[in-house]
Amino acid sequence: MAETLLSVQNLTKKFEDHTILDGLNLEIKKGEVIVIVGPSGCGKSTLLRCINALEPIQGGTVTLSGKPIEYGSRNLAAVRQKIGMVFQSYELFPHLTVLDNIMLAPLKVQKRAKDEVKQETLQLLERVGLKEKADSYPRQLSGGQKQRVAIVRALCMHPEILLFDEVTAALDPEMVREVLDVMLDLAKQGRTMIIVTHEMQFAKAVADRVIFLDQGHIVEEDAPEVFFEHPKTERAKQFLNVFTFDKVEHK
Amino acid sequence: MLDLGLDVLLKGTNMVRLLQGLWVAMQISLVSIAISMPLGILAGGLMTMKNRLVRFIFRIYLEFIRIMPQLVLLFIVYFGSTRVFGWNLSGESASVIVFVLWGTAEMGDLVRGALISIPKHQYESSEALGLSKLQTYRYVIIPQTVRRLIPLAINLITRMIKTTSLVLMIGVVEMLKVAQQIIEANRMTSPNAAFGVFLIVFILYFLACWPISMLARYLEKRWR
Amino acid sequence: MNWDFIMEYLPMYERAAILTVKLGLIGIAFAVLVGLICAMIQYHKIPVARQIVAVYIELSRNTPLLVQLFFIYYGLPKLGLQFGPELCGIIGLAFLGGSYMAESFRSGLETIEPIQRESALSLGMTNRQTMQYVILPQAVSISVPAFVANVIFLLKETSVFSAISLMDLMFTAKDLIGLYYKTIESLFLLVVFYLIILLPVSILGSLLERRLRHAGFGA
Repeated sequence: MAETLLSVQNLTKKFEDHTILDGLNLEIKKGEVIVIVGPSGCGKSTLLRCINALEPIQGGTVTLSGKPIEYGSRNLAAVRQKIGMVFQSYELFPHLTVLDNIMLAPLKVQKRAKDEVKQETLQLLERVGLKEKADSYPRQLSGGQKQRVAIVRALCMHPEILLFDEVTAALDPEMVREVLDVMLDLAKQGRTMIIVTHEMQFAKAVADRVIFLDQGHIVEEDAPEVFFEHPKTERAKQFLNVFTFDKVEHK
Repeated sequence: MLDLGLDVLLKGTNMVRLLQGLWVAMQISLVSIAISMPLGILAGGLMTMKNRLVRFIFRIYLEFIRIMPQLVLLFIVYFGSTRVFGWNLSGESASVIVFVLWGTAEMGDLVRGALISIPKHQYESSEALGLSKLQTYRYVIIPQTVRRLIPLAINLITRMIKTTSLVLMIGVVEMLKVAQQIIEANRMTSPNAAFGVFLIVFILYFLACWPISMLARYLEKRWR
Repeated sequence: MNWDFIMEYLPMYERAAILTVKLGLIGIAFAVLVGLICAMIQYHKIPVARQIVAVYIELSRNTPLLVQLFFIYYGLPKLGLQFGPELCGIIGLAFLGGSYMAESFRSGLETIEPIQRESALSLGMTNRQTMQYVILPQAVSISVPAFVANVIFLLKETSVFSAISLMDLMFTAKDLIGLYYKTIESLFLLVVFYLIILLPVSILGSLLERRLRHAGFGA
């Protein structure tokens, strides 16, 4: 049995009177790939943001290898280095080249040697097929290319866990695949990942465990084969039905 | 107690005279605004015209007016007109002329900016709905332009009011001049009057401009 | 047009123009400093300081420079705060310009989406590193057009310096008009010198603006 890497205990997040996450519990083991699905507004993205302490929480704890991740705490920057996060809107820094985007944090935060970081960056870029874009600026890249750069930027910090927040939701359909392939590759390497996505086929392929979130609660938690083929709850069935269409009957 | 020289203002009609001075400044800016608004809208419309010569002439006019300090323009009109045309313009008339020239240029630029800021899609989608050119302007373009324009135009009023402080330099008796006169007249009895009187002038200018700025900001937020 | 007169008084205008530019640039440098401090206080929502900055910005933006100068030059000495005319001009310009600069920096900062900051934080950067490497470089380049407009505005505003007996371009022109009635020549020189000072800044500004608007980073 692998050790628990990330632990979420009784996490409660409220926005004014509205409860977004209601006493959530979640354990993620090293090397595990978790996919979180659920209707929009169910709190999936908020959960990721709370794990990375980008939002204050109203109750509960989040720990990484036993160390607490607390909003506003002093050592937050140190803990966050171990958590890589990729956003739906890429959030590359528009004033820096691809290379500088990726190298900024390793150089300034981790104070690593420039040669070593550059070498690693170029290797990773080559792996995602973007080596020739190293000196381009973000605005010169397509959405899919930007997102692959964003993934490399997170990887270069050598994180222990990666969070993906609907990373393909803003992409044109033909670019979705190139990003998902990179993520599949990462899963094969045994990386620990939490993925929020609407790509159900991808979820089925990549996940060790699927979590179905609805109205701030974990409604179902299962292996992907079980969840997608034989959902237990009515709500999960309804949710999965959204992704299938009945053929239009001809008059 | 520290003598701030505020007592001077309570003497005789001093405070009333200061307010009259402010009123002179306000009158100059209000008259100028009233004239430059319609002229500016006309100029703005002309600047978006396809005719290159018209656009070029307005461009030169606009750039010259906007790059010259307003005080230089006041000097040119006030001193220059006497010399060249033999006119004997009063400071007030020279001020209104300059403020209208300046206001028209600024307003024209604002109108032009507001007109070209309406995306082309707005014209196209109106056309696609079958609206006539006139209807497109009447129901789609002008309402949007006006909303962008009004806060900026209101801001221009405060800029004019502030700039009226300059007309002192061409001999118009407005608030600052009155302030100087009061300070001068009470030099013996109230040596610290310069502090109190100029403080009050500062506050009065602020009270004249601030509400207008707030209104502009409110409208800008509401109509964004 | 009397060209001999123009040649004779050219050096006088030159000296005046140098004074205008010198005081203008020093004043603008301080205005940038004041503006940056104010914008940082507002961005980080520092209590109390933030309210003070808000009051300062309203006071500074809603009063004319000439009135500010009169208060500093003639009013403050009555409280024992006496400055020479040059220093007064610089203080006045910094007081006026600080709020304009603050507003342009603030709006530059506001255009950076909060998620950019979060993305930097999630890479493990501290707040200071995020500001230094991610937020400021973007905000500054977005503020460039407004910044240049402010520089032109403030250089123009220096024209009131003659009211506190500084021998700038306006002072020189008025002096010569009064002394020799060479109105046309004096006004001509006045316009030419202001164009020499302001036109390059204006052209540079529109070049920068076009570059930023149509290209952004990496063109």
